Amino acid sequence: MLIKGGAASTDYERKEEKAMSLLKDQKVIIIGDRDGIPGPAIAACAESAGAEVVFSSTECFV
Amino acid sequence: MDLENQKRVKDLAEKYGPENIVVLLGAAEGEAAGLAAETVTAGDPTFAGPLTGVSLGLRVYHICEEEVKSEIAEDLYDEQVGMMEMVLDVDDIANEMSGIRDEFCKY
Repeated sequence: MLIKGGAASTDYERKEEKAMSLLKDQKVIIIGDRDGIPGPAIAACAESAGAEVVFSSTECFV
Repeated sequence: MDLENQKRVKDLAEKYGPENIVVLLGAAEGEAAGLAAETVTAGDPTFAGPLTGVSLGLRVYHICEEEVKSEIAEDLYDEQVGMMEMVLDVDDIANEMSGIRDEFCKY
């Protein structure tokens, strides 16, 4: 039985990498906090990790 | 969580599919983080907003959790989050978040 080790290993590694990455290529919703971490700061971090920010807000409690 | 934001979360989950969404929180305390996390997973526990009784089960994390932090460049994280992180009780927040995920997250 012939096993295509090279291509299969690469596909497996890609799947492993995608499974392990929390943010890469994901749609991210950000709920920031004025007294904690605000939305824009979280957005900058998420985008740097390869995520797409679909919504961001900074909430505050009065 | 703000009622308008609840509606946006619900609409976006429907638009993109809940399995493709990750919610990132920046709450200052564990209790607030847990409340927001429960809202986007099990439904609004205060029964006030559009997510009342709606179990989206979304993946939800706080920006200071290790799972998220490890994916962000260290210098960028320090610049954007580092200062506030020093005054947050990160352990308390992480415990709240992992508890909510273990119980209510579907993805």
